[in-house]
Amino acid sequence: MTIEAREAREAREARDARVAAYRAHWSEPVDGPAWLRELRASAMARFDANGFPTPRNEDWHFTNPAPITESAFEPMKPAIGTLTAADVAHFGFGEAPWPTLVFVNGRYAPHLSRVDLLPAGVRVMSLASALHEEPTLLERHLGQLARFDTQAFAFTALNTALMKDGAFLHVARETSVEAPIHLLFLSDAGAEGGVSYPRNLFVVERNAAVSVVEQYATTNDARYFTDTVTEAVIGEGATLRHFRVQREGARAFHVGHIDTVQARDSHYVSFSFATGALLSRTNIYTKLAGDGCGSTLNGLYMIDGDQTCDHQTSIEHAQPSCYSRELYKGVLDGASHGVFNGKVYVHPIAQKTDGKQTNKTLLLSDRARIDTKPQLEIFADDVKCTHGATIGQLDDQMSFYMKSRGIGANTTRQLLTYAFAADVLETIELDALRESLERVALERFTV
Amino acid sequence: MLTIKNLSATVGDKEILRGITLSVHAGEVHAIMGPNGSGKSTLAQVLAGHPGYQVTAGSVEYDGKDLLELEPEERAHAGLFLAFQYPVEIPGVSNAYFLRTAYNEIRKARGLEEVDPMDFLDVMTEKLKMVEMDESMLQRSVNAGFSGGEKKRNEILQMAVLEPRLAILDETDSGLDIDALRIVADGVNKLRKPDNATIVVTHYQRLLNHIVPDFVHVLAGGRIVKSGGKELALELEAKGYDWLIDADEPAGARA
Repeated sequence: MTIEAREAREAREARDARVAAYRAHWSEPVDGPAWLRELRASAMARFDANGFPTPRNEDWHFTNPAPITESAFEPMKPAIGTLTAADVAHFGFGEAPWPTLVFVNGRYAPHLSRVDLLPAGVRVMSLASALHEEPTLLERHLGQLARFDTQAFAFTALNTALMKDGAFLHVARETSVEAPIHLLFLSDAGAEGGVSYPRNLFVVERNAAVSVVEQYATTNDARYFTDTVTEAVIGEGATLRHFRVQREGARAFHVGHIDTVQARDSHYVSFSFATGALLSRTNIYTKLAGDGCGSTLNGLYMIDGDQTCDHQTSIEHAQPSCYSRELYKGVLDGASHGVFNGKVYVHPIAQKTDGKQTNKTLLLSDRARIDTKPQLEIFADDVKCTHGATIGQLDDQMSFYMKSRGIGANTTRQLLTYAFAADVLETIELDALRESLERVALERFTV
Repeated sequence: MLTIKNLSATVGDKEILRGITLSVHAGEVHAIMGPNGSGKSTLAQVLAGHPGYQVTAGSVEYDGKDLLELEPEERAHAGLFLAFQYPVEIPGVSNAYFLRTAYNEIRKARGLEEVDPMDFLDVMTEKLKMVEMDESMLQRSVNAGFSGGEKKRNEILQMAVLEPRLAILDETDSGLDIDALRIVADGVNKLRKPDNATIVVTHYQRLLNHIVPDFVHVLAGGRIVKSGGKELALELEAKGYDWLIDADEPAGARA
């Protein structure tokens, strides 16, 4: 046997062993409706066949998921049960309480949640409850958007095969909801060495409007893995404002996939804020599937040390006269690594598409690294699509100006870093959330 | 207060200041005039500690300290202030936050207690009146989208808030209409005290009608070629700079 052949065999065996470790968490589903059993079984089969991606996979070229895939995470243990409502309040935004669903270590925690605050026309419940209460909606939508057929989506396959709980949100027609809905996924000390698979489904009916904050955070310094998928169906003329806050622990891993489909004249407004996790990958996919839709995908990531933060967005213009706007900003310190891959597909039928994508990076250290890859595939001729990326350092003139006013080097760096991030944060229309994230951003690189 | 001896400075390989000697005492106003490219702004920037210039010779003593050893922020803590010729725009940082941070950092460095936003607003309200600026400017980003006149007034506002011992105004009059010029000059005059000093760097004499200097120095080719009283500024206005620059031997200046 040649060295190459032996290496290939060893690599295959190692891969098989890793897949087998997760396969062992899975058993032939016995409970739940038939369609769900089939969905899980087919997802496990795809994962079995494809295995985990490596940097040889184009969609994982810049981020090697080996630190996740080579760890043997066990199904997460239930919460230790010591969290109180006061502990959870700490993760809220602003003064007024919001309707909140809290999950600890991947499981719904009703005693920490506030569903009493829900307005009429809005139903929020755990996925486990929804299986009984909304079986038809679940069967129609669950697993219909987030594809898992290829290796790039192995984590989606794994989530689909092993999902246990998550949030289900339904907003009835013509219902406009003022108070945002907070979905809080917490990990406590019991999460150490574990993996959870939060699975969310939002259905926003015709002409409805709702804001959802989906937050991932931790109460401690455990090493764990969150593998989460959120699907959202946005009806005609409806608006979903979807704020994602990823503040996982410094030793944690996070892979999240969001997949949205938009009917005509609907709006999807997404913001991804990420400061946490040792390695994170967030996919935000939206399909503009009707005339006159709009998508706004903004984001801010601020990382340091050995953190890796990877965003892959995909905007699929499948119908004419839609617009998309995208602004992602990254602040990278230490030896951190940022990745931004912005895909835009314009179908032949999608004339009058108006798309704009921008990625801006501030490098605070010469050891930090950014890989930014716009990826536009345009098959219609009457479109306006632009993209741009900038990479820079703190401005010397601004620094000198601030120092000349007596502001010390550390505060100058902190303020100018914040200033870089300010314009994208200003796009968050939810005041309490924006103010809270502005504080987080200001304090992120306090020396 | 300030003693500059034989100061030379370069930017890159280019020598811009070639042996400046100048003394400024408390209570004095010095004007530094000169044609474009004479090194006026470089002198101002070197005194403020701009990292883009290398001091190659000479010394600067400020209140008994070696000024050149201090970081720019330490110079500010020690009471030095530069009103920039081109005030820098900082989108994303509000004037209120910027000014309060600067104010408190200077207080902290002097061992004083920091002031909270409400008390600081009181300080600001009074100072804003002095430069005839509206309170709404506090919520706008530092200099971002400001007109030329607003930027210069903002420099004087900052000066009024930070109350420096030694203020250096670098071409503060450039780009100002006559009303803005009066506001700026009035502001500077109100801030004059027996224990502080002002250096006014300017190309034209007109600002000196409003801020009357005790001494006027002419800078050319990186050297002070002539010093005199306020009447020298009028002479320059009438005769231009050429008669001085063409002189064979630049005169050393001791004020």
